[in-house]
Amino acid sequence: MNLKEIAEILDAEAVSGADLATVDIPNAYACDLMSDVLAFCPPGALLLTGLTNVQIVRTAQMLDLPAVVFVRGKKPLEETLALAKENGIPVLMTKLSLYETCGKLFAKGLEPGYAPTKEA
Amino acid sequence: MAEPVSLEYKIEGNDYMVAGAASNNIKNTLKMLGIESDVCRRAAVVTYEAEMNLVIHAGGGILKALISEDKIELCTVDEGPGIPDIGKAMTEGYTTASDHAREMGFGAGMGLPNIKRNSDVFEIESTPGVGTQLKSTILFQK
Ligand SMILES: Nc1ncnc2c1ncn2[C@@H]1O[C@H](COP(=O)(O)OP(=O)(O)OP(=O)(O)O)[C@@H](O)[C@H]1O
Ligand SMILES: [Mg+2]
Repeated sequence: MNLKEIAEILDAEAVSGADLATVDIPNAYACDLMSDVLAFCPPGALLLTGLTNVQIVRTAQMLDLPAVVFVRGKKPLEETLALAKENGIPVLMTKLSLYETCGKLFAKGLEPGYAPTKEA
Repeated sequence: MAEPVSLEYKIEGNDYMVAGAASNNIKNTLKMLGIESDVCRRAAVVTYEAEMNLVIHAGGGILKALISEDKIELCTVDEGPGIPDIGKAMTEGYTTASDHAREMGFGAGMGLPNIKRNSDVFEIESTPGVGTQLKSTILFQK
């Protein structure tokens, strides 16, 4: 699935310099705990979250995640969007809840991106 | 790489706007040096978790990275409140993060376990009232 298709499924507004159709999304991970994302979100996954602060983009950046979806119609801080832009990370904003966002993408066949890291 | 690359950053406490910038610089340096992507990713998780702990729990501190031919050594030094019970702090789910930190998506009590899991060598020392020192080594070849 590409990011353009995902934006259509979620009726989402996109903030991105990139052509969404060229951003390929293999799977997704939904979470509001950044340490959880850092532990379990695989490379390449789309991050779905209800938080909109700057550290969400930082986390995506640290893990080289291709894009972030902010749910529930929350308006991200200007700084959040600025950092995303600076790092070329497309942002989608949907009015849907996290549950509905996940449900719709799952129903369309987007795979879960859960990959436990190596055991300590 | 002939000479080791040494990076050092002063991290401000409770500044959630710039937090993570130092970790990102370290990550970009590793990439520029052509370090393998799995190592870059592990180093990114370690530095970012350690940097956020400085921001959230320690009132700031120093973050250092030493990149040599066969490994990267990451360490933090702070003069924060220290950790009274390291065993407890290393337990997944244990946190003393403020409500504010939680609102930002932190405080899962997973940071230190994440750091340990991604390190080949992991050391933490802390003295209550004096501060905390953390060191993580990631080997390039295993
Ligand atoms: N540098 C530090 N100075 C003082 N206390 C610390 C420091 N680092 C960690 N701690 C203590 O150890 C606890 C566990 O840390 P850990 O990073 O595992 O979880 P967290 O920071 O609370 O949450 P998360 O990392 O999941 O966002 C913290 O809540 C805090 O009490
Ligand atoms: Mg932490």
